[in-house]
Amino acid sequence: MSITDPRTTEQTPVHGPEEIAKIVAGGNLQTEQMVLNVGPQHPATHGVFRLLATIDGEMLVDAQPIIGYMHRGYEKLVEARDYRQITNLVSRMDWLSGINNELPLALALEKLMEIEVPERAQYLRVIMLEMNRILNHLMFFASFGAELGAITPTFYAFREREDIQFALEMATGGRMHFGYFRPGGLKEDVPRGFIDQALKGVRQVMARIDQYEDLLVGNEIFKQRTVNVGVLEKEVAFNYGVSGPIARGSDIDFDVRKDEPYLVYDRFDFDVCSAPNGDCFDRFWVLIHEVVESAKIVEQAIADLPAGPTLGKVPRVIQAPEGEVYVRTENPLGELGMYLVSDGDRRPYRLKIRTPSYNNVSALQHVLKGTLVADMIAVLGSFFFVLGDIDR
Amino acid sequence: MPFEITLTAWQLLAVKVAVIMAVVPTMTLVAGYAEHKVMAHLQHRLGPMYPGGFHGWAILLADGLKFLYKEDIIPERADRSVFKLATFLIFIPAVMVYLVIPVDRTLIVEDLDVGIFYLLAISSVSAIGVLMAGWASANKYSLIGALRAGAQLIAYELPIVLAAAVVVMLAGSLSLVDIVEAQSWPFLLWPPGIGLVAFLVFTMGSIAELTRPPFDMPVAESEIITGAFTEYSGMRFIFGFFFPEVANMVAFAAIGATLFLGGYMPIVPVGFLEVIPGFVWFSLKTAFMLFLFLWIRPTFPRLREDQLQKFAWKYLIPVTLALILAAGAWILYAPDALQVNR
Repeated sequence: MSITDPRTTEQTPVHGPEEIAKIVAGGNLQTEQMVLNVGPQHPATHGVFRLLATIDGEMLVDAQPIIGYMHRGYEKLVEARDYRQITNLVSRMDWLSGINNELPLALALEKLMEIEVPERAQYLRVIMLEMNRILNHLMFFASFGAELGAITPTFYAFREREDIQFALEMATGGRMHFGYFRPGGLKEDVPRGFIDQALKGVRQVMARIDQYEDLLVGNEIFKQRTVNVGVLEKEVAFNYGVSGPIARGSDIDFDVRKDEPYLVYDRFDFDVCSAPNGDCFDRFWVLIHEVVESAKIVEQAIADLPAGPTLGKVPRVIQAPEGEVYVRTENPLGELGMYLVSDGDRRPYRLKIRTPSYNNVSALQHVLKGTLVADMIAVLGSFFFVLGDIDR
Repeated sequence: MPFEITLTAWQLLAVKVAVIMAVVPTMTLVAGYAEHKVMAHLQHRLGPMYPGGFHGWAILLADGLKFLYKEDIIPERADRSVFKLATFLIFIPAVMVYLVIPVDRTLIVEDLDVGIFYLLAISSVSAIGVLMAGWASANKYSLIGALRAGAQLIAYELPIVLAAAVVVMLAGSLSLVDIVEAQSWPFLLWPPGIGLVAFLVFTMGSIAELTRPPFDMPVAESEIITGAFTEYSGMRFIFGFFFPEVANMVAFAAIGATLFLGGYMPIVPVGFLEVIPGFVWFSLKTAFMLFLFLWIRPTFPRLREDQLQKFAWKYLIPVTLALILAAGAWILYAPDALQVNR
């Protein structure tokens, strides 16, 4: 767009009132479309995500998500690392749910090497995974509010995150990248006081979840901004391979924890939240209610936590036998799959990673067409993606 | 009179300018600090604590100083003269509004006969500045922001003017001093609720006019960065955007206090309240209005531009038009009641 373009002053034909009336009546009055680059540096994209939007006034005619600004080549990097290093490396893919990323590789190796994981380790894993899920969901609760112009949810969410964060820190020493899962179990047993701290954090979240509902879900302006905005139909979600809270917001009742249980998830009583409409409001509703379900799982797991060792019989050198295995788990943002091919070496021959955000944002293109600029932000916020998880 | 100072017209003008130039920035700093602190406490946090020692009172001075040191960047393709002029067109009206606000019975820079008319006219000049800023920046986000601001200011100027018209009808004068004098009971409390509804409309319109949440689409950070001011930096940013925003907020709080809460008059006509000087009453009422603005900000998410327009044209404007009819009927058929209130 040029401001001082001489052509516009010289070549624009001057219309008289009659001619203007004729143009208006003929329906030939046109407004120009404008290409708007949302990102790679934009407050609503949480990182270096770029959206090439063609807008007509404030209406999006077309939107093209462009990814890859943050590609770090993890799939290649892991081919030069041994297995113990990989668990730490892949936790950096989705930096909001580090400990969840560590799990699939551990599971894959346990399957390939036929390692028995002690009960206590499995229960502790579930506790950690679900606490991490709560952290992740609260983060998106905060950022979605901020994107809709509500600044307070951020501070509420961070207040609640702190206690859970502290519990995880007690056990692992980390706040984002934990490096706590090992093939065969855990790095070490949890310290004294961890259980109390975890319970405290989880119960606090459960007690305060009503406040969150009051603040956003029950708010009339919030409803106006989200209900029937950015509808993702069930079929489209299927076709793009969308998973996690976003798919469940589109009435796809699928959760790996329930439908293909791993660890000890089949022993706990929890619901899979899903909502029928597929709009921003439903996605957000699912997100909030999953926090409650996760909190329930943590409470149950702590109640049944058995005593015993936390690491199975693992050889000194982790060397997976020749073979291949696919493992999928329910990451906070959707289905995380790892396809491990081993040629019997200490490092994988190939590790294909299927991250949830990658598939989820590919559906954006479809959803964004025909929305307004303000709605675009609401849709971006309700698609709960992490840049590192898209580009990995 | 125990002593008398005689000033020539020029000297008087100089004094007035000096007072305004001292008061307005001070008020802005105080209000800005209040915004930091009130919002922080509504959100379970402390807010600024360190600059200046006591509860971070100097945070805005530090902030302002930081901006002064920053480079003044003008985009290469910007229309330089318009880009620079826009800042002044926003800054000057923000200061000029303060000329006619009566702080006390005699404490007023200029008691214009058409005070309220002047007030509303001057406060909407800044819309032109915003449009200029957005257009001259040669940035698409700025352009969208400017157009949003333009549309919004037009839509919300009307309810404000109409709500003020109700007050003018009740008071029977355009002079702000007369309007205050008519409020031995503030208009807000007048039966049968005309003043109350007008007050609500005025408050909502003010928030939209000030582009504060939940009506802050023209500067919505998560959507269009800072709207028309995306390309502004350093001193131009504070004097074109930050300072006028807060100064206008204080001004609208003061206008609301003057029009609906009875300005420098005691809140109810009870003898012993007269002891408290007028400017204290005025400050208290302004502070109350200010708190309303600050309270709303962290409470609500942002509306969408079309929803905002719909709200203005479909609800606020018809309501205020009906209100004017009601006020007319009230004056026509119940003049005695009016007399009692006076």
